[in-house]
Amino acid sequence: MRANTWAGRNKVEVREVPDPKILNKRDAIVRITSTAICGSDLHLVDGYVPTMQDGDIMGHEFMGEVIEVGSGVPADRLRVGDRVVVPFPIACGACAACAAEMYSCCENTNPNAGIAEKMFGHPVAGIFGYSHLTGGFAGGQAQYARVPFADVGPLKIESDLTDEQVLFLSDILPTGYMGAEMCDIQPSDVVAVWGAGPVGQFAMDSARVLGAAKVIAIDKEPYRLRMAEQAGHIPVNFDEVDVRSRLLELTGGRGPDKCIDAVGMEATHGSAHIAAYDRIKQAVRSETERPHALRQAIMSCRSGGVVSVIGVYGGFLDKFPAGAWMNRSLTLRTGQCHVQRYMKPLLQRIERGELDPTRIITHTLPLDEAERGFDIFKNKQDNCEKVVLKP
Amino acid sequence: MELTATTTVRRSPPEVYGYWRDLENLPTFMAHLEQVRGTGDRTSHWVAGAPFGKDVEWDAEIVEEVPGERIAWRSTGNADVPNAGTVRFLPAPDGVSTEVHVALTYDIPGGTIGKAVAKYFGEEPHQQLDDDLRRFKQVLETGEVVRSDGAPWGKRARKEFPQRPAQPLSDDELAKGADA
Ligand SMILES: [Zn+2]
Ligand SMILES: [Zn+2]
Repeated sequence: MRANTWAGRNKVEVREVPDPKILNKRDAIVRITSTAICGSDLHLVDGYVPTMQDGDIMGHEFMGEVIEVGSGVPADRLRVGDRVVVPFPIACGACAACAAEMYSCCENTNPNAGIAEKMFGHPVAGIFGYSHLTGGFAGGQAQYARVPFADVGPLKIESDLTDEQVLFLSDILPTGYMGAEMCDIQPSDVVAVWGAGPVGQFAMDSARVLGAAKVIAIDKEPYRLRMAEQAGHIPVNFDEVDVRSRLLELTGGRGPDKCIDAVGMEATHGSAHIAAYDRIKQAVRSETERPHALRQAIMSCRSGGVVSVIGVYGGFLDKFPAGAWMNRSLTLRTGQCHVQRYMKPLLQRIERGELDPTRIITHTLPLDEAERGFDIFKNKQDNCEKVVLKP
Repeated sequence: MELTATTTVRRSPPEVYGYWRDLENLPTFMAHLEQVRGTGDRTSHWVAGAPFGKDVEWDAEIVEEVPGERIAWRSTGNADVPNAGTVRFLPAPDGVSTEVHVALTYDIPGGTIGKAVAKYFGEEPHQQLDDDLRRFKQVLETGEVVRSDGAPWGKRARKEFPQRPAQPLSDDELAKGADA
């Protein structure tokens, strides 16, 4: 089959690789009909998340048709011919984390748990196409994929919704939604979202669906801010205005009640010398992240507010504003999305027309053009917000 | 050398104990064990595999047993690597799960085998036992040792690095896999 693979730092390459086969009884093989490039793929490609290897198949957002099931998958759960969206965390459904619906912390699905434990203190779930730190599972930017624990994760799509309407249930829609849900939104809340990329856009839509009074979008790309504005959110361009002053102005001096960091480790904005300090620390590997968005969210949030982090962090950061966090009674909540928990309710919201995931798709390319897709997405060319690949 | 490791398995103590007490199950999740064969009610024959350069074999006997709670065993006769172990099964506070506490002792001898054994345990012997227990938990909670494309041979993926690329196996690799 054809698959998009990691070919060294800052390089992906579509190659011919073997077709996947059943390795565990509860596996299924899915013929992929749509897959997407995610912001976190960029952290893998540029090497910020370690342990990628030449030839690793990329991609953790995908859907398609089941063409084979292992002997351990009950027929009432999944059959050949079913159309499914596959959640990015691989979850066993049986461990204590899964029992608590914390699927991205599944205790059984990462065969490289020892490595993850060193990096994170405790291991995390296996993730498709997401480095050997999260298990070394082949990803979904390919014609076919092996899906472990196929009786637990995949969501069957039984209506005639298009791929584009449901594909993002695999990751970014639930991720954005969880970011808003962790904010425990009240009707009077002003919610500020750092990052108007795909996850940020869905966090904004979710905040609105959950009843926020006002939603603010913070980014520097005019096209992303326009996209947020068209969806009814208030744009703030950090290249043009001072974010803190603008946020105070928009909230009567209080600061946003709830702040969502949908940027993560590679924020590009911040005060000039803290940015330089971060760059040096990163270069000598004593700090792996540039957490400008997180620092700014903590400093801006109203006292007693919630800072919800859904942007991806891989390692360590410093200059964490612990004083603001502690002295102003802030709540910090975070997590890789527990996708399986949200897929069904969000599918229902899509069916009811409350959420329109298709609004962020700007590019649809054949799988063979994955390299170009990565390029325009990474460099924000051609107003690129989200790339869908068709194998 | 003494090693200890602990895990919590979301199954009842009798179930977890039962699986371990059937010593022939141990090679399913313990990377260095090739085979354990029962030779009597409390006696067994153990074979540890390739990493030692050649198979190392020994007989063992269960020296203490409290059903559902505890098993202790030790090697008997002229074992190449005299060893002993205890595993305790304690109910976890959640009322559902079992804490598994393992303690192993190896008498690493001198000579060629001693060197091979020492080398096998390497720098991170605890890591190996931790990984064994992780697979034990996988088998009890999910029914199998979980395989990924980068570490497709389950417990045989003894060294987590280097791995093969995370992409499907060729037919050749798949055929070789069974004894790789
Ligand atoms: Zn993603
Ligand atoms: Zn689990």
